[in-house]
Amino acid sequence: MSGHNEHTSVDTHEHLPSYGKNVMIWLVLVALTALTVTVASVDLGNYTFFVAMLIASIKAMLVINIFMHIKYDDILMKSILLACGLVFTVIFIMYSFDLFNRYTG
Amino acid sequence: MSTTSVDAHGHSNNHAGHGYGDNNQLYVHFHRDDYGSKFGMWLFLFTEVLLFGGLFVLYYGYRIAYPHDYHNAAMELNIVMGAVNTLVLLTSSLTMVLSIVALRRKSIKTSLFYLIVTFGFGATFCVNKYFEWSAKIHHGIFPGSMELRETRPAGEVVFFGLYYLMTGLHTFHVIVGMVVMVFCFIFIRTGTINSDKYIVLENAGLYWHLVDLIWIFLFPLFYLLH
Repeated sequence: MSGHNEHTSVDTHEHLPSYGKNVMIWLVLVALTALTVTVASVDLGNYTFFVAMLIASIKAMLVINIFMHIKYDDILMKSILLACGLVFTVIFIMYSFDLFNRYTG
Repeated sequence: MSTTSVDAHGHSNNHAGHGYGDNNQLYVHFHRDDYGSKFGMWLFLFTEVLLFGGLFVLYYGYRIAYPHDYHNAAMELNIVMGAVNTLVLLTSSLTMVLSIVALRRKSIKTSLFYLIVTFGFGATFCVNKYFEWSAKIHHGIFPGSMELRETRPAGEVVFFGLYYLMTGLHTFHVIVGMVVMVFCFIFIRTGTINSDKYIVLENAGLYWHLVDLIWIFLFPLFYLLH
């Protein structure tokens, strides 16, 4: 694998990570948690589930991108995540066909 | 492949093999691949996501089958308890990141402080979970209980079964993460993990964030079904 040295040494010396940005992201995550609890008490009918999942997904993206650093990682790390997401999505969609045939068809 | 030499980083306490070169200068050679370590960690997290993913799919399937039972069962869970645990884990994720930031900025004491705080949040989460489960078990709601088998509809039995399985497996991950933190604490104290070689702490952080990520989905799926 080429380009290893960029990740082991340059990363360390070039820019030191900051505290502030992470604290900001944490504040956003707390705000989104408050939002999701508030929204849960409002009756949105069938959309309640989708709104809750949308907020959870936004929170997950923030944690993955900033806290887990994937935003600053290279294409190989990102592709692992993409593969993971794709496998899960395919399982989910194929299972949904079966489910909706059974219970709502 | 990357072989980080001692000359490049200026410390020789991590050598795997050493000897003398032609002109009697001590040379130390060791192999270190931070990129590989991180990549391996991500592959492991992939398997973790699929482990929980299977359970989420199971949850989803039964939710479509028993929407009303799920709703009624979820009403019995304590939202405040769930929300507090969400905040505890989110904050612990922040302190874990701050511990890594501090270490990279060479403030060892700050790094250790944040690591202890993260450990404390993990423990807080487990204590909350203990009280939550105790209350449920006290009301006779646990897998295989008389209450569930004889008075509750099938969907509620499944809901509580998944609740115990998924939050239980998740809490087990929290405990494993806390054990990893103890090792990180010792390694930072001994200098094995330092501002140059922080990949072990970074990987521990990745694991801890995954635990947080899973809870981000568990919370709305189990507690916010009103």
